[in-house]
Amino acid sequence: MEKELYFASDEQAKKYERIRKVRLFFVYFFLTICALFTLIPFYWMLATSFKTAEEVQRIPATFIPLQPTFQNYINVFSGENAILLRYIGNTVLVGILTTIFEVIITILASFAFSRLEFKGRDVIFALLLTTMMVPGEMMIMTNFTTIARLGWLDTYQALVIPFVASVFYIFFLRQNFKQIPDELYYAAKVDGNSDFKYLWKVMLPIARPSIITITILAMIGSWNAYLWPRSVCVEADMKLVTDGLMYLFQNEVGGTSDHQIMAATTVVSLPLLIAFACFKKHIMRGVARSGIKG
Amino acid sequence: MEHEEAKKTTFWANIGNFFKKIGSKISEKAAKKAGSSNKTQMLEWKKDGWKATVCLAPALIILAVFTFYPILNTFLVSFFPDYNYVTDEFGSFGFDSYALVLQDATFWRAMGNTALMVIVSVPLSILIALIITVLLNSIKKLQGFFQIIFFLPYVTNGIAFGLVFATIFSPMDYGLVNTLLNAVGISSVGWTGTTNIPYWAGLFVITVYAIWNGLAFKILVFLSGIQGIDKQYYQAAQVDATPRWRVFTKITVPLLSPMILYITITSMMGAFKSYSSVVSLFGESMGNGQNETFITAVGYIYKYFNRVVHDNISWVLSRASAAAVILFLFILAITGIQMWANKKKVHY
Repeated sequence: MEKELYFASDEQAKKYERIRKVRLFFVYFFLTICALFTLIPFYWMLATSFKTAEEVQRIPATFIPLQPTFQNYINVFSGENAILLRYIGNTVLVGILTTIFEVIITILASFAFSRLEFKGRDVIFALLLTTMMVPGEMMIMTNFTTIARLGWLDTYQALVIPFVASVFYIFFLRQNFKQIPDELYYAAKVDGNSDFKYLWKVMLPIARPSIITITILAMIGSWNAYLWPRSVCVEADMKLVTDGLMYLFQNEVGGTSDHQIMAATTVVSLPLLIAFACFKKHIMRGVARSGIKG
Repeated sequence: MEHEEAKKTTFWANIGNFFKKIGSKISEKAAKKAGSSNKTQMLEWKKDGWKATVCLAPALIILAVFTFYPILNTFLVSFFPDYNYVTDEFGSFGFDSYALVLQDATFWRAMGNTALMVIVSVPLSILIALIITVLLNSIKKLQGFFQIIFFLPYVTNGIAFGLVFATIFSPMDYGLVNTLLNAVGISSVGWTGTTNIPYWAGLFVITVYAIWNGLAFKILVFLSGIQGIDKQYYQAAQVDATPRWRVFTKITVPLLSPMILYITITSMMGAFKSYSSVVSLFGESMGNGQNETFITAVGYIYKYFNRVVHDNISWVLSRASAAAVILFLFILAITGIQMWANKKKVHY
């Protein structure tokens, strides 16, 4: 829009240009500082993870490791903290299972709510929406007792089953399905296609971005879950990463094994960051869409 | 965490509309029925009813067991102080659990801490996010690059980076922040850890972490909002040589107000529910050992819940439920007020 401006004289235009450049400099300067603040924790995590036990306790702290070492990572993968790998495996497994079931269940339910006509459809849907106002803290206690009574404590199904149906995702996908014009449906019907074929051949391809979004959000969700896994899986073998991290290190926070802890947090953080690097556009668009759409 | 909340609140606005729609649909259908009973319509309905059952069954069964039933049950349990979850015996009805919670000094300290976190971190982070967004929107080169950097905290594990912040704000002299402080002649502060944390210091670390963690989502939402604003407003302002500050307060902020309100609600809810950040910074005791200096509202609920889970003490479940119901009412009240403000103030 800046180019659309007209100036009375060249001098005025030059002056404007000068002010613009100075302003631009400060804008970049400020943004760079903010970006640095954003990156410091990442840098400090990496830097500390390459330090030796002596260097980590050096006063004053060193900003660049003097003698970078991989020993901390070797310890994460082979030492007493090697169980972290199992936690990562658990998390990946639970994340994938949850996501697969969640996507299938969500697609079916939102198809029913958006396309099918049946008695009580809107009432059921309204009932589902009202539960979204209730914070998860209201449910976690009873869910724990339910899982305990089912005898599912320390099992994978305790980590997966309660999360495979989400009102939010059903709503999200239903909104998406609703935008598909009715004419497509009638055309498919006239051609003698069944509802399920229509779902498979028409609705799913159109709603693909939303389904990718759901997949990504569900994966991030499992990766970050803390209290639920911690409550239903107490056994050392069954933990997920977040709880596992706390379990291994909670008594050492800010203590003398910072280099070990940072190597472990790096290992735990990398999968999400790598996934982000691969699916940048999808993830950012997905998060923005799920936030604003509705 | 905050995003969880974000997902929930978007639909609040829609729920109202939805109920209105249902109202009109029901009356429409009644009119249809009263007019002519359409036979093909009826048949179609039956067929779809069968399909709908198949499609909805998995979702509804899971939701019934893990969403509807727990909500009702938690309400119930909160009124039965002697509830035993192992045997499922309810015991006698009473308000004792609520009395215990409301008379507990720790509960009010938790509420106070939570309120302070909300009041300090929410406006601050929204302001910072707005400024960054406006600046980000004004540049062309490197915009995408900065956007990715600012988004990075979103794809981190909350507990893992809580541990990172605990290392940066280590109470020892070799912590990053203490090293910097010592360099300018200020003595070390016990920022984190499990003992001797000054109240202001702990709160400062929590706030810094909350802002760092929450900016990503806010900037993303604001940026997609700002890019949706019609360029003509800015061009008109430019023709009138409006100062930047006035452009910001008179055009950008009012036109972004739906997003700002939405972010305010979601980040308030997020701050209201802070728990894992506090745990990762100060350990499971939430600060200074038995003092639980930085306990939060959700932390209070989980403190009792954890005693049920890890120490097998069944009778505190009722108290945890009562605290959860109180938290729910608080959240409901806050959202109600904001929805009301939404109607009054927000410019569309």
